[in-house]
Amino acid sequence: RHLTLTRDAAAAMSFFSFGQSAEIDVVLNDAETRKKVEHKSEDGKKDKYFLFYDGETVSGKVNVTLKSPGKRLEHQGIKIEFIGQIELYYDRGNHHEFVSLVKDLARPGELTQSQTFDFEFTHVEKPYESYTGQNVKLRYFLRATVSRRLNDISKEMDIVVHTLSTYPEMNSSIKMEVGIEDCLHIEFEYNKSKYHLKDVIVGKIYFLLVRIKIKHMEIDIIKRETTGTGPNVYHENDTIAKYEIMDGAPVRGESIPIRLFLAGYEMTPTMRDINKKFSVRYYLNLVLIDEEERRYFKQQEITLWRKGDIVRKSMSHQASIAAQRFEGSASAEKALAQAKEENS
Amino acid sequence: MSDAAVADTRRLNSKPQDLSDAYGPPSNFLEIDVYDPQTVGVGRNRYTTYEVRMRTNLPIFKLKESCVRRRYSDFEWLKNELERDSKIVVPPLPGKALKRQLPFRGDEGIFEESFIEERRVGLEQFINRIAGHPLAQNERCLHMFLQEESIDRNYIPGKV
Repeated sequence: RHLTLTRDAAAAMSFFSFGQSAEIDVVLNDAETRKKVEHKSEDGKKDKYFLFYDGETVSGKVNVTLKSPGKRLEHQGIKIEFIGQIELYYDRGNHHEFVSLVKDLARPGELTQSQTFDFEFTHVEKPYESYTGQNVKLRYFLRATVSRRLNDISKEMDIVVHTLSTYPEMNSSIKMEVGIEDCLHIEFEYNKSKYHLKDVIVGKIYFLLVRIKIKHMEIDIIKRETTGTGPNVYHENDTIAKYEIMDGAPVRGESIPIRLFLAGYEMTPTMRDINKKFSVRYYLNLVLIDEEERRYFKQQEITLWRKGDIVRKSMSHQASIAAQRFEGSASAEKALAQAKEENS
Repeated sequence: MSDAAVADTRRLNSKPQDLSDAYGPPSNFLEIDVYDPQTVGVGRNRYTTYEVRMRTNLPIFKLKESCVRRRYSDFEWLKNELERDSKIVVPPLPGKALKRQLPFRGDEGIFEESFIEERRVGLEQFINRIAGHPLAQNERCLHMFLQEESIDRNYIPGKV
């Protein structure tokens, strides 16, 4: 039996999914080889996503699979977008897109069977690092859409972007004398002002004058996320680490060493005024606590950066590998021995 | 230059510590005892005083040893002065015990031994916490409380 449907009834039917629908699937071409990294979502859950760097090409395939085979799918166009956006949690309606690329995959028409479409976004600019914070989120994602009159079908695939830096040319140490007159004078020093995420903070605290009874000293790492501009600036402070460096009462002339390995803590690179929307900055807070639980502290900003994981072999070692390939074993052994000598 | 893959974790250079600094007397000695409660006066006008003895080598205190007699309302006065003039969060005093001052009690009220001991402990904790605070040490009211024989309620408040 055939039912003759009016247009309104057909609309109602598709609303209740009796009409044709489709599933969209986005697959990257280098899914097998591309590295995945963990990234925390807004609700604190950790998931793995494909990792991309600035300038890399994003290419793959969009699979549109018809749910009811045999029936045709009418559509108003099929496209895929690459989007980089900043979302402020207190202003969810407004997404600030700083990267927005689109590729049309199909003109309006109809699909009679499931189909796969290729896409490539060449050398995409990804200027900022992916970030999920307390009040703001910066994310990159692919969104494939099958446009329809009433309701679009779309699928999003998030990726994670890391921004890399190299060793800064200028990296002065932080050295300062602070105190409370006649009460407590200290000189503190941290070996650098810019640290990479797997670096070590090496420093010391030197006591010039101690007239209070100190019970304990620690270094805290504080992350400050700043959102908003002008009069509506909002800071969210989060103590990422508390690391005790001294237990007991120091006297004048004593020097306390600091050695804090950053790799153990979940941190991001310092992000300054990203797209004029937010900042993420890190501070070292030196805290002294006396016997009456009074706290004396000094805060100092540090810059964190992300180092690339690429391992560089020395030139002579690379030359010896080349020698092994093209020449006899004797000369290759000589080259290897030479390289070992140079390296030791 | 050492290989960048191995982090430079060497200690930073420090001045060697002077032996006199290492073995010298600590410059932060401060001890205050609140003890020897005595009931003064007769009948309705009785009150309890406590001996407040301070020993210190902090340079900010004129006397390295002092001994004065104070009553609960003197401690209250000190707390009020500090709350008004200094920026510190003043710790709480032991309770005022107004209920104990009502008539027809079964016990000695505010002259009950256990109560006096409880109050003595609370006052001792209070004065030790305050006297060690660098900002409180700047206030004239603290020095007058600890080191002058009597408290002049008409004094001119200010910093030392």
